[in-house]
Amino acid sequence: MDQSFRLENIGLINRDKKLSFKFNGKTYYGYEGDTLASALLANGVHLVGRSFKYHRPRGFFGAGVDEPYAIVQLYRNGETEPNIKATEQELFEGLEAKSVNCWPSVNFDIGAINNLLKIFLPAGFYYKTFMWPKSFWYKVYEPFIRKAAGLGYASIKHDKERYEHKYEYCDLLIVGSGPSGLASAYAAAKNGAKVILAEDKPRFGGTLLTSDVNIGNKSGKDWANGIIAELKEMPNVTVKNRSQIFGYYDHNMLVMSEKVSDHLPKTKRYHPNKKLWYIRAKEVLISSGSIERPIVFGNNDTPGVMLSSAAKEYLKVYGVLVGKNPLVFTNNDSGYETAIEFKKNGINPIVLDSRKNADSEIIDEAKNLGINIKFSYVVVAAQGYKKVKSADISKISEDKKKLGNIENIKCDCICVSGFWTPSIHLASQSGNKTTFNKKIDAFVPGVPKQNETTLGAASGIFSLEKTLKTSFNVGAELSKKITEKENKVSIPNVVEKKYSQHDKFWCVPLPKGKNYKRFLDFQNDVAVSDIEIALREGYRSIEHVKRYTTLGMATDQGKTSNLNGLQLVSEIENKIVPAVGHTTFRPPYSPVSIGAIVGREVGIHSKPTRKSPMHSWHEKNNAVFVDAGVWLRPRYYKRGNENLFEASKREAKNVRTNVGVCDVTTLGKIDVKGTDAAELLNRVYTNAWLKLPVGKARYGVMLREDGIVMDDGTTTRISENHYHMTTTTAQAANVLSHLEYYLQLVWPHLNVNVVSTTEQWAGAAIAGPKSRDLLKKLFPNNDVSNEGLPFMGYIEGDLFGVKARIFRISFSGELAYEVNVGSDYGNFMWEKIIEFGEEFKIQPYGTEALSTLRIEMGHVAGSELDGRTIPYDNGLDGLISKKKDFIGKRSLQRSAFVAEDRQRVVGVVPLDKKTSIPEGSHLVKDAKAPLPNPKLGYISASCWSVEKDNPFSLAILKNGKNMIGEKLFVMSPLKNKVIPVEIVSSHYVDPKGERVRS
Amino acid sequence: MLHIKCPHCGIRSQNEFSYGGDASVKRPELNKETSDQDWDNFVYNRKSLRGKHWELWQHLSGCRQWIKVERDTATHEIFNTLKANEEIS
Repeated sequence: MDQSFRLENIGLINRDKKLSFKFNGKTYYGYEGDTLASALLANGVHLVGRSFKYHRPRGFFGAGVDEPYAIVQLYRNGETEPNIKATEQELFEGLEAKSVNCWPSVNFDIGAINNLLKIFLPAGFYYKTFMWPKSFWYKVYEPFIRKAAGLGYASIKHDKERYEHKYEYCDLLIVGSGPSGLASAYAAAKNGAKVILAEDKPRFGGTLLTSDVNIGNKSGKDWANGIIAELKEMPNVTVKNRSQIFGYYDHNMLVMSEKVSDHLPKTKRYHPNKKLWYIRAKEVLISSGSIERPIVFGNNDTPGVMLSSAAKEYLKVYGVLVGKNPLVFTNNDSGYETAIEFKKNGINPIVLDSRKNADSEIIDEAKNLGINIKFSYVVVAAQGYKKVKSADISKISEDKKKLGNIENIKCDCICVSGFWTPSIHLASQSGNKTTFNKKIDAFVPGVPKQNETTLGAASGIFSLEKTLKTSFNVGAELSKKITEKENKVSIPNVVEKKYSQHDKFWCVPLPKGKNYKRFLDFQNDVAVSDIEIALREGYRSIEHVKRYTTLGMATDQGKTSNLNGLQLVSEIENKIVPAVGHTTFRPPYSPVSIGAIVGREVGIHSKPTRKSPMHSWHEKNNAVFVDAGVWLRPRYYKRGNENLFEASKREAKNVRTNVGVCDVTTLGKIDVKGTDAAELLNRVYTNAWLKLPVGKARYGVMLREDGIVMDDGTTTRISENHYHMTTTTAQAANVLSHLEYYLQLVWPHLNVNVVSTTEQWAGAAIAGPKSRDLLKKLFPNNDVSNEGLPFMGYIEGDLFGVKARIFRISFSGELAYEVNVGSDYGNFMWEKIIEFGEEFKIQPYGTEALSTLRIEMGHVAGSELDGRTIPYDNGLDGLISKKKDFIGKRSLQRSAFVAEDRQRVVGVVPLDKKTSIPEGSHLVKDAKAPLPNPKLGYISASCWSVEKDNPFSLAILKNGKNMIGEKLFVMSPLKNKVIPVEIVSSHYVDPKGERVRS
Repeated sequence: MLHIKCPHCGIRSQNEFSYGGDASVKRPELNKETSDQDWDNFVYNRKSLRGKHWELWQHLSGCRQWIKVERDTATHEIFNTLKANEEIS
């Protein structure tokens, strides 16, 4: 069976290039230019999957983006992708695809038993049935339903494909390259406008590729090719095929997914699979065309039942016959076009026309060709299970209520045409209030909300002549407004056939005694009876009916089902369609690969990584890194088989006994300059700043206006009007914005400039009792004695010819200094510190040791300043000036903030001095109290005190001030721990702070 | 994604900006008695309007200037933008 349904002299495929592919393990052949769908049909394969709910056999229904059935799982380069429409996937050599939603195989599917049980699976079935017992839901029901239902599976492997993002601006973005798209693009391009023309299919031209029309004495197809060739030559035009505009967002931004190499067998390493374009357009022209509407009849989901336009496209574009004994069922003239194409290719179709009589050029042509036409006839039901074998047909009364005698005629496919539904999705996404057009029985775009114009069939205009005329004019006018240039193009002559009025009829009644399923939504298996149930059960709003029945909620978003569903609801409810209204269209118009949305922002590229100038030294010395905001910081330096706990203990201990060095480059640094710099600091910080002398540093706490601590750090007066502010690593960006806010909006009269200098300085904290001895070696030309550089002092130093800033500040609680040099000298500084520190047994220490040191000293940090605490809670109320006003001061008077038993930071020690306390645990009075046990506080930070050699934690505790000496319990249900503890002062080591001043 | 006209830099995409809330809120002056109600109104109470709304944005990844933007909160239409020192009329 090698392509026995392929015709020889028709189609746009490349017959010189034969391609092999596999479907469900079997090898087939097709040609370059085929889709997976057309290649399968050429081989007579109509069975591609099983339906979502009833597991009924599924074939092909459309030939493009509207396809509800033919969803396959694609395999390529050892990877797999679900939710691929066979009608969109282009064939490439070696393509492999499998059916979804069937087990063990598409031919024998156990789930098809659901089809026999369909009476038990009506709308809302899941909601009603799997409610009880509750525990059964996640143990039994859900896993079973998940296995049984679904449309493929996602790969759990890392996606090796590359995806790119691109930002683009243009004057006119034109969606679709059918007649209206080409005409408007051409006119706009001629006026010099920057134009992007996007076509979702591989070939340009839209319906011109398949319709029998004549433009400017050329066939529609040749005219389209001519225009495209000309547009491609123009420098102001970007023409893109395989590019789906799937979302229309605010301020005329549209997003397009371009398949760059998705249609090729193996992508090159640096070649993206897909490219996502963010396009900001001055004007958007929506020429997305229309989608043929099905007519609903019994078993209308049988493989072999498809849209008549799809049958025509398979024939004219791919040279493929969808059947050799076709039946065309139509309510309008479009079905005749398909019938005529069959006839011209030696096939004898039968046309059933639901209209009593109709007269038009095209019907005359069909009659002249000798096509068998039956008026007032309908298909009552398709017969056949995995493929249409015959059709039950019948006469229908003029009111469309009564059927005549049922006749059975042999056929191998049923091509359905229920007239056309404009694709209004993008206009609707943009905010356009759509209106119902009675003439075509469909919604069309109304008044645009953004700069968008809908053209051609998408606007409900089905005459080619009218479409071309309006499209040329709109393209010319809009572009002229933008470019102020005019270059008139003459509108070509059009020869097309005039259509007669379609029949307002979309659903064939059930014959007496028959209970055929008549499907509306083919992907979600929603039948006429489901809608009837929903309405019977009291659902009225179309949004509720949609959710209850899942009508239009599948991945095709009801492209072929929405209007028929609305028609049905309106008929039953005796309302007109516009009163029922349509559900909201949302992006994406068609499914988009998650990879394309993510783009390059995967793995280490998901956020920027900042490294200090000393990073490579840390790497060479076995640092284990930790993410600190966007920075990578050494967490500890591993020696031998040490673990985190052992290493950090060693490093912290060495700071307490000898000297350690820590990379503090990541601290935020802000230069504050100007004659009012001191005044700004005085307003931003809670303590007084006006009298800080030059050469001195001061610790400060800044609040938000609601009184909550925002950040802390030291600020040093470098010179008269120049201050060097430091912030925590995490808050650096927020603090800068905060300062800019007050300087620009609240106190613009202050003469101050702020600028971030975080990257300009490399910083090293040198801490420990021997740090001064080391400093003397590093700065032989500077006086770093206790008198020359006292606690909180600052001098400028000379580090072997490199200018350095030396601050005597301490986070560890030891005698300590912070040395800053220009970033480029960071490594030089570090190596000198290590070199000269050797005789003092220096060791580098990471953030874990840093934490240990600050916790046992009772210095609060990020885990206490967590956006929920005020200065009092952190024991910082001594820093609140009573004399001056500052940001957030008024809020500190709130009653909760001044309550007697207000929470406050305390120290926590386990009574056994052994059990470590998990961070985040709760403190309670009585471990055995009934639940909910009143919580008195929580553990904010824990460490192993290297000074006292036992566990120690900080906690934020209710009435903390008066709780010192109390015995409480730490409870961690998560770790299943109950630990008796004693509350002690948060200043566990050196409570008087003598070391820093030594 | 919004398209915001920064009065200093011109039209830029929303992802260069960060939102800063209601622009009509005035901070009570420093060192002045403020009633509980006035302070609550300044810190917490916002109108959360549907419709035209003056709001603050900072051109964070651009000139870093705070600007005032008149935007319709329902339709996202932007009518006007002002520099920090320009008064809302």
